[in-house]
Amino acid sequence: MDINEQNQPDSPAVPEQPAADGSLGQAEPQPAPEAPAGELAPVVCRIPEVEAPIEPEPVEERRGFIKFLCVAIGGLVSALPFGAGIWAYLNPLTREQSSSGDGFIRVTTLDAIPANGIPAKFSVIADKEDAWNKFKGISIGAVYLRKVDGKVKALHTVCPHLGCFIDYRAGKNDFYCPCHNSNFKLNGDILSGVSPRAMDPLEIEVRNTSEVWVKFQNFQPGHDHPVPVS
Amino acid sequence: MKALFDWIDHRTGIRSLTKDVLFENIPGGSRWRYVWGSTLTFALFVQFVTGAFLWMGYSASSGDAWESVNYIQNEMTGGWLLRGIHHWMAQAMPILLLLHLMQVLVDGAYKAPREVNFLFGVILLKLVLALSLTGYLLPWDQKGYWATKVATNLVNLVPFIGPELQKLVVGGTDYGHHTLTRFFALHAGVLPAMIVLLVIGHIYLFRRHGITPAEPKKKKDAYFWPDQVFKDAVACLAVMATVMFFVIWYHGAHLSSPADPSEPFSAARPDWYFLYLFQFLKLPAFAGNMEVWGAIYIPGMFVGLICLMPFIGKWKVGHAFNIGIMFVFLGGAGALTYLAKHEDVAGGNSSTYLKALLDNHRDAERAIELAKHEGIDSTALNLLKTDPKTQGAKLFAQHCASCHRYGGHDGLANELAAAENLADLKARTSAWERFASSEAVHPEWLARKENSTNEWATVQAILDANEEAEYEIIASTKLKDAASAPDLKGFASREWIRELLTPDMYISHKFFGGSAHKDGDMYRRFLKRKVTKYDEEEKEMLDLVVLALSAEANLPSQAEKDKADAEKIKRGIDHLIDDIACIDCHAFQEPDPDVDGPDLTGYGSRQWIIDFVKNPEHEKFYPENNDRMPAFGEKEILTDDEIGLIADWIRGDYFIKPKEAAAAD
Repeated sequence: MDINEQNQPDSPAVPEQPAADGSLGQAEPQPAPEAPAGELAPVVCRIPEVEAPIEPEPVEERRGFIKFLCVAIGGLVSALPFGAGIWAYLNPLTREQSSSGDGFIRVTTLDAIPANGIPAKFSVIADKEDAWNKFKGISIGAVYLRKVDGKVKALHTVCPHLGCFIDYRAGKNDFYCPCHNSNFKLNGDILSGVSPRAMDPLEIEVRNTSEVWVKFQNFQPGHDHPVPVS
Repeated sequence: MKALFDWIDHRTGIRSLTKDVLFENIPGGSRWRYVWGSTLTFALFVQFVTGAFLWMGYSASSGDAWESVNYIQNEMTGGWLLRGIHHWMAQAMPILLLLHLMQVLVDGAYKAPREVNFLFGVILLKLVLALSLTGYLLPWDQKGYWATKVATNLVNLVPFIGPELQKLVVGGTDYGHHTLTRFFALHAGVLPAMIVLLVIGHIYLFRRHGITPAEPKKKKDAYFWPDQVFKDAVACLAVMATVMFFVIWYHGAHLSSPADPSEPFSAARPDWYFLYLFQFLKLPAFAGNMEVWGAIYIPGMFVGLICLMPFIGKWKVGHAFNIGIMFVFLGGAGALTYLAKHEDVAGGNSSTYLKALLDNHRDAERAIELAKHEGIDSTALNLLKTDPKTQGAKLFAQHCASCHRYGGHDGLANELAAAENLADLKARTSAWERFASSEAVHPEWLARKENSTNEWATVQAILDANEEAEYEIIASTKLKDAASAPDLKGFASREWIRELLTPDMYISHKFFGGSAHKDGDMYRRFLKRKVTKYDEEEKEMLDLVVLALSAEANLPSQAEKDKADAEKIKRGIDHLIDDIACIDCHAFQEPDPDVDGPDLTGYGSRQWIIDFVKNPEHEKFYPENNDRMPAFGEKEILTDDEIGLIADWIRGDYFIKPKEAAAAD
């Protein structure tokens, strides 16, 4: 961008002093030796569209074209590296996220979840791609699981406000985000604080009678309803 | 020599350039208040130099960043000094920026024709803050990772393009290699380049317009050289000395434990000069959908207002308004910073916050220690995740501590230095101590009086009771349930077994007092009926049984004792089988299907603990009379690796720093 702007002679009108660095604008105050005498000065600065009192000399026309080429070539060669860079920089917007299966991940077994309705935290273990690495079986996040009337409920551990890790406080039997003090009930509803929505629920499936599978996904912070990160 | 200078001067004009630089006129003479611009230029110079050298040791990827920073900090000769200067100078810069800005505002140096230069200054301020923000993440430690996550999540709130912008900033949908590479490129490339260009413009414009003298002028005009240069040099020396004080005091800069996406860090905070913005977002006014106002619109409008100050300053009362608004801002930001800090160390959740700092400190120390002595074969995080000392304790706290205890706590306590007396204990719970000291005590933590039994009380209860004694303190939050199963600290050691076989202790809460076993045969038919009536000779035999049984565990901490007492252990085994007749109820050395007590073969060994935790109802253990303990392995509550970590942790079977091991002997 910077280079582009520098290359465009932005005010060809009245040059003050010749610049010392030999920029494009410098050429203009030097009258061309072969130019016709007399009304030379105004002609140099005039744009071709303006009705000219004198027929422009072919030499001048060619110089105008050269100036145009200078700017065009300068712009092109300096835009190219930026273009290539920006194209690569935008890669995260276009890269496809590889997803395997139906998105459900086996997290634990029914027996591991406390029977008394107290939430327990479980790591979600899955394969994860990180640029040039593919990690097998690493922790990609965590969920809170708890039993309510014999059914398992899952809540994301990440705060819907700005993405901190929510604590379960055994002493007060509630959820609490240690960053901006958002406070949630055990079912995820807001008790107090600044969170725009309740804790994000996750889909659950019990497979093979005792395995707990969770459809694990992350959600964008800051919205009043869950919007999955894609 | 002069000839050489002449030769150079003829070709470069260096003399006149130097003259132009040094003989700038200063209306009203040199003054201390003009030093801030120079100190900032100096600070940038220091950051560029130290930054370039840090670059030579840094590797920007999620598996290397912490590792390389740790190497710089703890292994490289002079690395701590280099990193320390870079870190602490970064802490000084916001202060210098503020002083510079305030001087410019108060002296009216932002008014026409200096509007553009003022704007350059505001942009430079933002760029320096951007350097701070990007630099905070680069060590890839828990502190930087979780704090920066909040910052990048804020990007998501930008209207219309938030989610896309966030992806570009983060380099994908989630934190990873490209978050670091992108942040590093900004931190070491793009931002410094922009800063250099703007600083050149800033100084050029400053020289073009000349200095704005602080009114009233007290002295004659003077040149920049040498009086003002001297004052600038002294100021730079003062800045450097202050920075060096902190560098040496902290031996470099703090590095918290390796970033772990699955491990919460409840003390994640931005650096101190962003705390007011952090606290601002907690205000109820920005609840729900109003968040974007607190995070983006209002701060953006305030920066806009600062940019407009040169134009506002044209009005009669404009200048006073500008200065007033800056002082209001400073007052507000100061108050919010104080509130943020106060809430953390004395607020409702301060126990968790302070505990998180201690826990993280312990993990960091451990990771550094393991990296140093064991070496990192994949990542430091992996090294930490497979370390029984830290992970075994965490797993124990999560899965075992609702029934069992470990030295009276949940396994995750941090032992703090003892408090000499009640007054000392009181002092260490004060808000100021918590603010300033890393050895502060929170009233919700546990403590016990010297020489008391292993029952921990919360500090608050001790303070209320007002009883004088010496106190041992550990940082551990209150446990919800009372202990109902044995305390496993020192499990299978001689001391532990000796206590277990003391009748009164067996039925105390330290062992089986909270479980059904207190009414079992072990107590009724053996300890109560027989052991209480033992004569001296039998007591001696029982003690040899203790040695023999404990030797089954092969505890690393007892290896030498076991070796030295080989003969006693042999006699102990004979007593175990014959005289004391443990084998009436326990299998020993060979399976015995007719008994219902746990098998004593290899009692307390790694495999024994693993098998027990996997399934306590296995016929080797409690086929009939297991009391509530889940089959952690059979029911897939814990993996084999996790059970192994717990076993190794309980047995103290993990890497111990040579120095500590020597001290323990």
